[in-house]
Amino acid sequence: MMGSARAQRWLRVLGPLVIGVVFLGGWEWLVRARGIPPYVLPGPVAIAEALARDWPALSAALLVTLKITALALLIAASLGLLLAVVFAQSRILELSLFPYAVILQVTPIVAIAPLIIIWVDDVTLSLLICAWIVAFFPILSNTTVGLNSTDHNLLDLFRLYGATRWQVLWRLRLPTAMPFFLAGLRISGGLALIGAIVAEFVAGTGGRSSGLAYRILESGYQLQIPRMFAALVLISATGIGIFLALSLLSHLLLRRWHESAMGQGDRR
Amino acid sequence: MTAPLVALRGVAKRYDSGTLAVQGIDLDIAAGDFLALLGPSGCGKSTLLRMIARLSATTGGSIDWPGGRPQARDIGFVFQEPTLMPWATALANVALPLELAGLPKREAAARAADSLARVELRGFEAAYPRALSGGMRMRVSIARALVTKPRLLLMDEPFAALDEITRFRLNNDLLTLWEAERFTVVFVTHSVFESVYLARRIAVMAPRPGRIHAELAVDAPYPRGEAFRTSAAYAAHCREVSGALEGAMAA
Repeated sequence: MMGSARAQRWLRVLGPLVIGVVFLGGWEWLVRARGIPPYVLPGPVAIAEALARDWPALSAALLVTLKITALALLIAASLGLLLAVVFAQSRILELSLFPYAVILQVTPIVAIAPLIIIWVDDVTLSLLICAWIVAFFPILSNTTVGLNSTDHNLLDLFRLYGATRWQVLWRLRLPTAMPFFLAGLRISGGLALIGAIVAEFVAGTGGRSSGLAYRILESGYQLQIPRMFAALVLISATGIGIFLALSLLSHLLLRRWHESAMGQGDRR
Repeated sequence: MTAPLVALRGVAKRYDSGTLAVQGIDLDIAAGDFLALLGPSGCGKSTLLRMIARLSATTGGSIDWPGGRPQARDIGFVFQEPTLMPWATALANVALPLELAGLPKREAAARAADSLARVELRGFEAAYPRALSGGMRMRVSIARALVTKPRLLLMDEPFAALDEITRFRLNNDLLTLWEAERFTVVFVTHSVFESVYLARRIAVMAPRPGRIHAELAVDAPYPRGEAFRTSAAYAAHCREVSGALEGAMAA
């Protein structure tokens, strides 16, 4: 039956799969039928070949990009959370500092990346800073909203029982903010990757410590377009992987109690 | 006459906006009493309850505890909503007041399980609020308010959001608990029928500004069951209280 939960689940996998196969097949057919040269538009087969052939170089680059992204996200998450907690404790600090966090957010990273790369000698560190800048804000802003969304009756209850500031923070405000923090983390995961890639483009560093973006630049100069696409595929796959991993984390942490993480069957 | 548990004298509350919420409240809450605060919406009953709980400061008059200043564990509060932490199990929710007071986790959990059993929720210790019905969540809320064995239980229209069948059951269960343990109850409601069914004494409040218009005794004996709900005495009390309420609205 189409309406059943199992059919729904199959459709969720099968639907996108069919679309994907049709799209890739059409692409390959177009490239072959029209005789489009691979340096203009390579077909999926050629891209897969390039991916397999250049795997050693590409996987090394992937690892570099992944490391910077993960580290930037980790720092953004901990600093964002910490600063949000500080904001929740002190209204004055929040009012004085939040505008600067906004400025950091709205300034395009492409515009400040060159400056950061000039100021910071260490390339890895400068990439890290760029990725951190874009990943930081969603976590800070979401967690701040979360910490301020505490049920006022529960706050009264804690007051009634003489809870300390620390108890209110640890037992009430942080759990309330958790779904907000995790939503911010999911946004920031993708942004950290974009930040890392953009910074790599601007830095344009070669050598051993170069990431996927540099491989794209390099392949472009050498007219190795299939390899360029292969690197692009890896970046997309990384982004999807980060999103899925963070969604899973969010689901595992919230599934017992939060609406957003509950299946239809769990609802009352 | 013995000294009351709580004595209110000339209590007033004026909000920052200048609105006078309640004024000139004189009220004695006797130990072991079941007192209902009855009045229309906006007559300041909730404000009064919050002031007794010390969640809100008075701007005039005094609220005294002749038997000694109350500690955190002496007051239980049940809100109109169950007000449970959605991320915590029923047991953890009930254990909260004890854990905030610094009791060891094991002892807090044992006493919380005990309290859940008293509201007939044995077996639901590990359930999250999401998985419980509205009535069950309210039971958890009552179990939490009673877990510290408070001297005074303050209830702010606790059953107003529940369906009638559930409300009647919870009314009966509350009375059973109260008869067994004889804590003091102040129960805010806007239902004449509920106040007569539950309370031994009813303070009828008048609005704008909130003040006590009349104090009536409901001398029907406990235990009160479904038979009381259909008795002539119940109807007579309801008529009397309705009359007082009408007078309060007109005053």
